[in-house]
Amino acid sequence: MEALRIESTHKTPRVILDPENGIFEFSGRSIPEDSVGFYLPILDWLEKYAQQPLPQTHVRFDLEYFNTSSSKNILEVLKRLEAIHTAGHEVRVTWYYDEDDEDMEETGQDYQALLNLPIELAVKVQS
Amino acid sequence: MTYSYYKNMQLNNIIFVYQGEVTADLVSSILQMIENKLEGEGEDRKVKKRVFNVMVECLQNVYHHLDALPPTDPSNPIKDKTALLMIGREEKDYYIITGNHVLNDRIPDLKSRLDRINRATKEELKQLYQEVLTSGGFSEKGTAGLGMIDIARKSGQRLGYDFHPVNDRYSFFSLEARISRIVDK
Repeated sequence: MEALRIESTHKTPRVILDPENGIFEFSGRSIPEDSVGFYLPILDWLEKYAQQPLPQTHVRFDLEYFNTSSSKNILEVLKRLEAIHTAGHEVRVTWYYDEDDEDMEETGQDYQALLNLPIELAVKVQS
Repeated sequence: MTYSYYKNMQLNNIIFVYQGEVTADLVSSILQMIENKLEGEGEDRKVKKRVFNVMVECLQNVYHHLDALPPTDPSNPIKDKTALLMIGREEKDYYIITGNHVLNDRIPDLKSRLDRINRATKEELKQLYQEVLTSGGFSEKGTAGLGMIDIARKSGQRLGYDFHPVNDRYSFFSLEARISRIVDK
């Protein structure tokens, strides 16, 4: 299975899904008008990965902004990961937020509440 | 004439106003411009983020949901998909105002959603957000129905709104969201 890499734009995040090392990343901003179109290939990829996942998958969400239609798609991404976790594979999600960004912290808590998946909230180290 | 526009905008603390057609490119350009402006003026990072977030939702809301007047409609002599976008900065608040046409049929539903959001406490808004997030899919426009709830959560203040009758089919819907510039540390 090939890695999926998408470079960031001013409206969409950088996405790295690497099945070699099991380290996935979503970083930047996710504010496209058509978020369904953006996330569809990602969800498809995860669907395939879920059939033969690595014993350990680590997913980093390091998002600066996202719009509400992305938030629904991110939930879908997390649901795919939840399924892998439920099937007995180790999946770890780290949700990064800026120390003063309560809104992003709260969103992470929203996802924690909605999913049966280990989501760790972590303060981003200031650059 | 020009001077009175200028004075009026200054008096109302308007830092940005646009009236015209709303396209995806335009929304992007406005977001970028306002983001640069906030950046350049050294606004608090948390306030800046909130303003940007609320702006994204407000502008994309209009982009997805405005009901265009048919070009032949007598109350629409100029153009099809036009709307009003306005951003102001007062001493204590930023405000974001959008205005667009909606079909009169949609008013009861919109109004009840807005009233429900405005009645909700912070905790209730959180629950409502999670409820809508997990229920159902996307509308045919690819939107999640979360926009206004999110705007209210980030604003922390009641949303102002108005429906101004235009004719027997359309009204002009305006929505105002405020974001406090005072940061609670």
